[in-house]
Amino acid sequence: MIRFFLKRLALTVPTFVALTFLVFVAIRLVPGDPVEVRTGEHGITPERLALLRHQLGLDQPVWQQFLHYASGLLHGDFGTSLSTSGNVLNEFLTLFPATIELSVMAMLFAIVLGLPMGVFAAVKRGSWYDQVLMGLSVTGYSMPIFWWGLLLIMLVAERWGLAPVSGRLDLIRFDYDQVTGFMLIDSLLSGEDGAFLDALHHLMLPAIVLGTIPLAVIARMTRSSMLEVLSEDYVRTARAKGLSPFRVVGLHALRNALIPVVTVVGLMTGTLLAGAVLTETIFSWPGVGHWLIESISRRDYPALQGGILLISAVVILVNLVVDLVYGIINPRIMHGR
Amino acid sequence: MPLLDIRNLSVSFATRAGRFTAVDGIDLSVEPREIVAIVGESGSGKSVAMLAVMGLLPWTATVTADRMAFDGKDLLTLNARARRRIVGRDMAMIFQEPMSSLNPCFTVGFQIGEMLAAHSGLGRAARKARAIELLAQVGIPEPERRLKAYPHQLSGGMSQRVMIAMAISCRPKLLIADEPTTALDVTIQAQILDLLMTLRQDTDVGLVLITHDMGVVAEVAERVTVQYAGRQVEANTTAELFADRHHPYTEALLAALPERAHARRLPAIPGVVPGQFDRPPACVFEPRCAFHFDLCRSVKPTHAGPELGRALCHIPLVQGKPTPSRVTAPVRASVPARASAPGDAA
Amino acid sequence: MAADVASTRTLVSPAAAPPSSVAAFWSAFRENRGAVIGAAVAILIALAAVFAGVVAPHSPLEQFRQAVKAPPIWDQRGTWTYVLGTDGLGRDILSRLIYGARVSLFIGLAVVVVSFGLGILLGLAAAFNSVADVAVTRVMDLIMSVPDLVLAILAVAILGPSLTNTIIAVTIVFLPRYVRLVRASAMAELDKDYVVAARVSGVSGLRLAFVTVLPNCLGPLIVQATLGVSDAILEAAALGFLGLGAQPPTPEWGSMLADAREFIRSDPWIVTLPGLAILITAVSINLAGDGLRDALDPKMRRS
Repeated sequence: MIRFFLKRLALTVPTFVALTFLVFVAIRLVPGDPVEVRTGEHGITPERLALLRHQLGLDQPVWQQFLHYASGLLHGDFGTSLSTSGNVLNEFLTLFPATIELSVMAMLFAIVLGLPMGVFAAVKRGSWYDQVLMGLSVTGYSMPIFWWGLLLIMLVAERWGLAPVSGRLDLIRFDYDQVTGFMLIDSLLSGEDGAFLDALHHLMLPAIVLGTIPLAVIARMTRSSMLEVLSEDYVRTARAKGLSPFRVVGLHALRNALIPVVTVVGLMTGTLLAGAVLTETIFSWPGVGHWLIESISRRDYPALQGGILLISAVVILVNLVVDLVYGIINPRIMHGR
Repeated sequence: MPLLDIRNLSVSFATRAGRFTAVDGIDLSVEPREIVAIVGESGSGKSVAMLAVMGLLPWTATVTADRMAFDGKDLLTLNARARRRIVGRDMAMIFQEPMSSLNPCFTVGFQIGEMLAAHSGLGRAARKARAIELLAQVGIPEPERRLKAYPHQLSGGMSQRVMIAMAISCRPKLLIADEPTTALDVTIQAQILDLLMTLRQDTDVGLVLITHDMGVVAEVAERVTVQYAGRQVEANTTAELFADRHHPYTEALLAALPERAHARRLPAIPGVVPGQFDRPPACVFEPRCAFHFDLCRSVKPTHAGPELGRALCHIPLVQGKPTPSRVTAPVRASVPARASAPGDAA
Repeated sequence: MAADVASTRTLVSPAAAPPSSVAAFWSAFRENRGAVIGAAVAILIALAAVFAGVVAPHSPLEQFRQAVKAPPIWDQRGTWTYVLGTDGLGRDILSRLIYGARVSLFIGLAVVVVSFGLGILLGLAAAFNSVADVAVTRVMDLIMSVPDLVLAILAVAILGPSLTNTIIAVTIVFLPRYVRLVRASAMAELDKDYVVAARVSGVSGLRLAFVTVLPNCLGPLIVQATLGVSDAILEAAALGFLGLGAQPPTPEWGSMLADAREFIRSDPWIVTLPGLAILITAVSINLAGDGLRDALDPKMRRS
């Protein structure tokens, strides 16, 4: 198990180095003088330009600049934001819990609804329920989620007043220190009445919007995986044992059907983070996606560079974890040759 | 009273091209401790008939029968819950593909223990002890260690042993074995057959053995029924069947056994088993039959008497020669010009 | 002997000619109602896009100052002049949607054509050459490790927002799928007997790759390409929504939505309609693509 983990971990190192290089080169390709790009200053005098060039190390060969940058990364220096002059890593870490909270909720929403929907559709294949569900599923994964978010804001939040339009908490009613950055946890820690429910209330719409595509994919995937598994010999064996249909479907079939579903859920983490960019923009959710878009509009390239690296690192790590989970739920991988 | 008593069992499937009758009016009875073989080519409906008894057919199947009773209980009227109490406990089944019949996600111990948990009141420790005992009984070395094994770590023969251990875990009265040795190596086949015979000796279990291998039948079965295209064409004791075949299909089937062939070339039955769309209207074997005549295409044959192996034929054979037609009424009794014997039909 | 003659006659069933592959495909596709509807709608949208100049009642850019934010026809105040109403600058929404179909479908098709072509080249190179394989696979893995939209954003941030750059950005994002698909299916084909036979009879190099192997990999590729059009449209619309796509006044669905955000309370149809256009287009293409996959994949065909 540990060897398996270390092997997979070792495989991610070259990916990450290459990624660093790619982003490094990409940011250098941004049109305009690199000093202007880096400092955000305009109309600089030649003397100051030379000074800044030297300060930023731009007078050195490119490979040295890269090594310098890479060694900075190893020390946790992801650059300095132009707009806030803050450390990019710190800014990212402050905002990241909000994104995690949103993503986890969205995934929970998708899994909790998607799995049973898919299983039920497979068991009742060809029924009207199955057909309606598959129709909804196509609609779900074809959904432009930025529009879906606006639509829900328009109906649920504005017209029916069932949910707040934006933000993570009603800041007029509640005021407490953030401890973990996770609003659901902080609200409980604060001990303020109703804070937890309010945080949950704020999380509801964004999580639904972000979870829509995963929901559609999971329901569909579960259904087709389940259909395949239900015709396997071992399911017949399970029925030949005289087990209840619930146990046959919910344990023997589902356990096997889950293997491809887990893979898909893992692969969707990247999609989810990408979707978070849109969702956070729509709901003014103070997470890293929102921050990334703002960095672009402010032409804050150091923040953009650091942010993309960090988000990709998270995705790579999550994929690693998925591989491990996959190994656990699929005994053939663990014990295989 | 027979353990399993089936009269006129039919199974049909709803397909896109209409109803397909996979099993057409078969009878079967199995006494306690008895080994009955069902023989036929692939597609003859022998597995389907037994899956119907176990209640394992998909929802597209329709099962009808005059009588389908097990151990005095009418399986046709039993509700699903009551039936699940019988299936697995009193009536168990093992399958053709042992490797894919075990759930790849669970250990051997879990899969055996689950069966015990469903049908016996044994506690956790007792279940484990019983599982070890069972694995030892089916000849698996190091049973304690094997409990923790996953199916992919077992060979085909080992998997089939595990399947058998699982099937007999609740001391069933009837064990249905659906081509239990087909997917295995020849040496392993004999071991598994021996194991089944030993089990019958030790546990008094009745056995229905589905096979297409006449050699296996000769070796273990006490009675045989022969199925062709969903119909039962002959039923007899093994001894009598091997002494004299009354249906042309059985005759041809035996003639096709290498060890019984006398001619230079191995006689084969021409053609293939008819499928959903090319079933002959009257006698299903007529197109491939060496003895067929006009009547076979127009009138459905009926079962002959037990002295003729209940052969489903107008002109049951006796010592390889057709008897005068059993149908006298509307058709002129034209005994066909005798075709070449199957032995030199090639 | 009579029996022998008779048996030959009955044994030889009338040889029904197996249906041609096109006919089999069409009958399998036609059976899937969703796929047929999806394909029909997609074709309608494509026709509207091609003949936008004829179909659209107005110019997509003309600003009718006297009719700013006119409501659509189902509203009591709606008029037939502006069937779907007008936007904040008084432009006819229906006309903008029709011209927007042109932009979106163009982006979708351009992305798919380019990444399809590059995918075949790179994928076949990887399948046939081990050095190329390492290089191509590594680069594709790298691209795939960055989330879709984030990568597209990075590309647009570097290249600057425009219609062409949207196509480039989305192509970069989607390229790995095609490369991996071509590589995987070509490698699977390479092991098959007919390829071995072709090699033995002296076929090699480009001819082996493009004439022998490629046609047998096309099935899944065509399906992926179809589904890819809708993915590309969605991705481009997302970029447009973030202000990183086609720039105003181009009638692009995503940017139309972004422009309309301020009217979310007052004039909801301005927000609703462009999104609906994106959704309908994506759904219809996906339905058709799914039907295509089921019809092309014999395993999925019910017997």
